[in-house]
Amino acid sequence: MATYRELLSQVKEEIDEIDAAEGVRLLDSDSGGALFLDVREQDEWDQGIIPGAVHIPRGNLESRVEGLVPDRERSIVVYCAGGSRSAFAAKTLTELGYENVVSLAGGFTDWKRNGFPTTLPRSLGAEQRSRYSRHLLIPEVGEEGQLRLLDSRILLIGAGGLGSPASLYLAAAGVGTLGIVDDDAVDATNLQRQIVHSTERLGEAKAESAKRTIEALNPDVTVKTFQERLTSENVDRILGEGWDVIVDGADNFPTRYLLNDASVWHGIPVVHGSIFRFEGQVTVLKPGDGPCYRCLFPQPPPPELAPSCAEGGVLGVLPGVIGSIQATEALKLALGIGEPLVGRLLLYDALSASFTEVTLRRDPGCPVCGDNPTITEYVDYVEFCAGPRAHA
Amino acid sequence: MTRVRIPPTLRAAVGGEREVPASGATVGELLDDLTARFPGLEGQLQFANVYVDGEDIRTLDELETPVREGATVILLPAMAGG
Repeated sequence: MATYRELLSQVKEEIDEIDAAEGVRLLDSDSGGALFLDVREQDEWDQGIIPGAVHIPRGNLESRVEGLVPDRERSIVVYCAGGSRSAFAAKTLTELGYENVVSLAGGFTDWKRNGFPTTLPRSLGAEQRSRYSRHLLIPEVGEEGQLRLLDSRILLIGAGGLGSPASLYLAAAGVGTLGIVDDDAVDATNLQRQIVHSTERLGEAKAESAKRTIEALNPDVTVKTFQERLTSENVDRILGEGWDVIVDGADNFPTRYLLNDASVWHGIPVVHGSIFRFEGQVTVLKPGDGPCYRCLFPQPPPPELAPSCAEGGVLGVLPGVIGSIQATEALKLALGIGEPLVGRLLLYDALSASFTEVTLRRDPGCPVCGDNPTITEYVDYVEFCAGPRAHA
Repeated sequence: MTRVRIPPTLRAAVGGEREVPASGATVGELLDDLTARFPGLEGQLQFANVYVDGEDIRTLDELETPVREGATVILLPAMAGG
């Protein structure tokens, strides 16, 4: 029977080892593409890693490596703290059919002693693990998905009926950066449905009020406020800050058409929602992958046929339903999971308690996203939405 | 007879009904029947998309789109509210 020392030296004869200097060359080489695989325990990993490394604790190596590294020809540098565990791991990987595996002699300890680059791993902190635990339990989200949400940037147009529930749920979910565009102030008539605001915020700017509520809900979220109305003049600046998804909770047609054109040109998906009395509409308008708002509605109805909630009223909870669906779709887009509402318009009727779906298709003749676009710069959206009669 | 879903903004023109029956073998006939009985709809239908069994008639045969017995027809204008 072999002792541990004998076994280790026997294994080291069967595998290839590199020293830290050779390792750092592999790390620097662009063409090498070596994958650094850290086989230490979680607490060791948490304290510092080789930049770009992936983590599989030694005990989980056999069961997890094929999922993480499907390519058996991939060049792999295995490391642990001192070079022993990684030697055994390298042997195991060879036995599993990995063809280009080396163990980092001296391990992370020697690497650090040489002053080679290290970094802190991307992982959730203890508080985040607790806060997002119900997300971590879902295979489709998990730690990787949660980190992705924390890296995500979602822009909300409007902090009103739809923007209230959408911003609250996106913030609670841990979307790292939320942008809020709203030039309005909190009014008493808003509070029947705009749950991100409160009585004590009356008169306060909605964007600021929403920011305060969100920051109190989740300190992980950075809120960027834009206390302005979306216009042809500022839309490129605001969208140009780089957003993964836009949630459209505007309350007027000129903003919705402006946002549509801008999002097509910026290539940012829009989760559209609109509400009136007891009914709502939701869809995902994803440039290049479905219709845009103009494909759906080439012309808005004239103002007298399209009363706003201020004119026609709305059941207070209705935006709660529609805005929450918008938040759901935005999270799916940010995570890259599921079947987004692209090419489908979901209609909700609260009185009959029914959902209906209709099919939407991209219009090849669409003036903005069609094959031969005729609108290629911002137009006067107020005039456009006033209808043909405005020209008479 | 086909039941046509009326959007909230057009309901005043049909006596407040959420759904009204209409007859016609095509969408055009159906809408003509509606406007004949509800003159208030005149000039308003052009702003509504028409879906027959979930498909936009613009992707079918427009007003010539046949409407089978028991089909679901939805009139849907854009809504601004948020």
